[in-house]
Amino acid sequence: MHLTLHVWRQRGPGLLGGFVRYAMTDVSPDMSFLEMLDVLNQQLLARKDDPIAFDHDCREGICGACGMVINGRPHGPQRATTTCQLHMRSFSHGAELWIEPWRARAFPVIKDLVVDRGAFDRIIQAGGFITARTGSAPEANSLLVRKPDADLAMDAAACIGCGACVAACPNASAMLFVAAKVSHLGLLPQGQPERDTRVVTMVAQMDAEGFGACTNHGECMAACPKEISIDFIAQLNRDYWKAVVSRTPQAARKDGGDG
Amino acid sequence: MELRSHIPDGPLAAKWERHRSEIKLVNPANKLKHHILVVGSGLAGASAAASLAELGYRVSCFCFQDSARRAHSIAAQGGINAAKNYQNDGDSVFRLFYDTIKGGDFRAREANVYRLAEVSARIIDQCTAQGVPFAREYGGLLANRSFGGVQVARTFYARGQTGQQLLLGAYQALSRQIGIGTVQMNPRAEMLDLVVIDGRARGIIVRDLVTGAVTAHAGDAVVLATGGYSNVYYLSTNAKGCNVTAIWRAYKRGATFANPCFTQIHPTCIPQTGPHQSKLTLMSESLRNDGRIWVPKKKGDTRPPHQIPEEERDYYLERLYPSYGNLAPRDIASRRAKEVCDEGRGVGPGRGGHGVYLDFRDAIARLGRPVIAERYGNLFEMYQRITGEDPFQVPMRIYPAPHYTMGGLWVDYNLMTTLDGLYAIGEANFSDHGANRLGASALMQGLADGYFILPYTIGDYLAHAKPAKVDPQHPGFRHVQGEVDEQVRRLLAASGRKTVDAFHRELGRVMWDKCGMSRNAAGLKEAIGRIGALRDEFWRDVYVGGRGEDLNQSLEHAGRVADFFEFAELMCHDALHREESCGCHFREEYQTPEGEAKRDDERFGYVAAWEFAGVGKEPVLHKEPLAFEAVHLAQRSYK
Repeated sequence: MHLTLHVWRQRGPGLLGGFVRYAMTDVSPDMSFLEMLDVLNQQLLARKDDPIAFDHDCREGICGACGMVINGRPHGPQRATTTCQLHMRSFSHGAELWIEPWRARAFPVIKDLVVDRGAFDRIIQAGGFITARTGSAPEANSLLVRKPDADLAMDAAACIGCGACVAACPNASAMLFVAAKVSHLGLLPQGQPERDTRVVTMVAQMDAEGFGACTNHGECMAACPKEISIDFIAQLNRDYWKAVVSRTPQAARKDGGDG
Repeated sequence: MELRSHIPDGPLAAKWERHRSEIKLVNPANKLKHHILVVGSGLAGASAAASLAELGYRVSCFCFQDSARRAHSIAAQGGINAAKNYQNDGDSVFRLFYDTIKGGDFRAREANVYRLAEVSARIIDQCTAQGVPFAREYGGLLANRSFGGVQVARTFYARGQTGQQLLLGAYQALSRQIGIGTVQMNPRAEMLDLVVIDGRARGIIVRDLVTGAVTAHAGDAVVLATGGYSNVYYLSTNAKGCNVTAIWRAYKRGATFANPCFTQIHPTCIPQTGPHQSKLTLMSESLRNDGRIWVPKKKGDTRPPHQIPEEERDYYLERLYPSYGNLAPRDIASRRAKEVCDEGRGVGPGRGGHGVYLDFRDAIARLGRPVIAERYGNLFEMYQRITGEDPFQVPMRIYPAPHYTMGGLWVDYNLMTTLDGLYAIGEANFSDHGANRLGASALMQGLADGYFILPYTIGDYLAHAKPAKVDPQHPGFRHVQGEVDEQVRRLLAASGRKTVDAFHRELGRVMWDKCGMSRNAAGLKEAIGRIGALRDEFWRDVYVGGRGEDLNQSLEHAGRVADFFEFAELMCHDALHREESCGCHFREEYQTPEGEAKRDDERFGYVAAWEFAGVGKEPVLHKEPLAFEAVHLAQRSYK
């Protein structure tokens, strides 16, 4: 099949970027989207042009490294599919594709389609964990977890941190990402002691990073390759207000406890 | 050079406990004075960095990905073993130890493997406490499943994303330390060389992948947790970025490399579709619990699977290995798949397809679709996304692909390499899996090393060695940094006609053909010649492009491929010298009339540790004899 691509090219952070048009011929429908870009990059290198930079690693939809906006949709047209798992059979012959990086103030472009998602890491560092020093854990089966709770926690924990939710949101909100972690840990008995501090510190960091607010568009859930539900955002809101209302001096601590 | 394994005295079951009580400790007040560099943030690296920081050390951690959470451990699907015996099916520390030693075809060190089995149970405790959402029974207790090569159900899992969940657990523990300032995290930073001063590892040279800046980092010890080298084959199940550079550079600076030819080819991967293929995707081995593997009895049978009647199907694993059937260990399942395909009975597009069926028809009939969907739903979806076929309707097609490398830097019982102060943990070392790794054991080993072994043993070194402060301005650093700069300059200056990717693919083809699932002396000798020639061509005719001062993925790849070119030769030397078939290393000259591997304990019951002698020069072999006290060296049989 033949395709016309318009790819966002930007040489570096803070520089002006723009779309560049590339005509692709003989694309196999069995190629993944990234393999199609690999082929294009090989062609660019053959004519000594700069290849298109894009993040990718596992190419099996789990590391969360890849992600680009394809015709306005993060990760492209397929439901529950990361860019690396998207195959060219999802497009028709002659299609015209506009390929862009995630667009959000909190995710500055590094080069071409590569953005800096360090903000997500800093949100986790602010409180997205259960404090359990190595060696201090009790026997695993001494702690019972209701299967429905464990399953729901797993649904939330499936987040791969790709950032598609932010890219999809008109407000560039990171609520789905934060909600997934808050819910994963908050649904488990192990996560209860730090439940209040966790949600407060994570939300504070989210705001500090410059993500927008949630106004219930639901675009994040539609774009999420792991189909994480916005019900978790409702859970996040409940947890957040509960924590704020019942806030104790400890709940304001940001350091996550002693080393 | 003498290989000193430092295995503690005493009975096997008491060694670790005793060692732990006897090794030196670092005074809590002094820990803060020690700076440890951890390279890699997968299960081994993240768990080690977090645990060391909790103990009070100053830690710097480096990963080439944009976030520590993306290390390739994340892709492990099936599960993690632990000798909990929750299923009351007779499991024990000894049985897990024995299965691992036997699965590795008696080419691993007894004491290390026993310790691994011993600490396995605590890993589950630790991960559960961190909030890893393991699968549970309705009563709220942890669930288990069985995995290839064993007869007990000791595998803990989180759907088909166990690696992801365990890594997120370790990543979150690490993040907590980063947040409180005890770990300094360096993402998008690639280690390009090791600095050795006065015989001790004292630091690393790192390239910032965004700015291109090459900088020196000094420390009191260096921990390499940089994973395996399956990407030497180009096509493998590893993430695209996985590479041998860190451990290869350490080897070139004096660490020995053990059993490089022990590479695992995983039996259940999605077959290749065309020349554009950039990687292969693994389907969890857990699928073999319920799926039945078969090919048509007739050669060149192109009928669709549902039109092939039962009596014309060959369930070859069930036929050849009645007691293990579809759960035969990975090496055996892979080799047999290759065999039936080489006979012309393979399935899939094209004549003599490279694939075999993994069929859930009977399991769906027996257990019902909802049960199968609950167990494997996400794997089925993944398969469908990639192939466009629904495994509920059509059997999956699978074919073996390189997946894991048992070989790695040689380490002693303390996980220290032959270079003082240099440690290797997780897949980067050679220590626990012998010639073949059992399913669900990689996660176990990575976390055992990182949480429960290294944090103790590194203290012993620091307490004894008391490394003096070293400055990154030391000439030792400047010298190595100069060499790294020179290599970057040389790669960028090359103005040939072929891309890095083209060279990598060519190297991969040579390795897959000659040093892949089965090997022979003539092929290996030919490969050594071809690799040398290709390597020369690479430096003559590669085109990298771009600049060194910004994000340049072609340059990153070029550096990794340059190291693979050197490493591949070592792998072939090792495979050539090992004149026996054991585990995943199958030498065609050494097999029984039924095509089973013929091990030679008399001549090859040792770890082959290689010492660098120069690029293109034959490496120097050192042997660590393997003594077995607790197990009897049986011929591995899964019949």
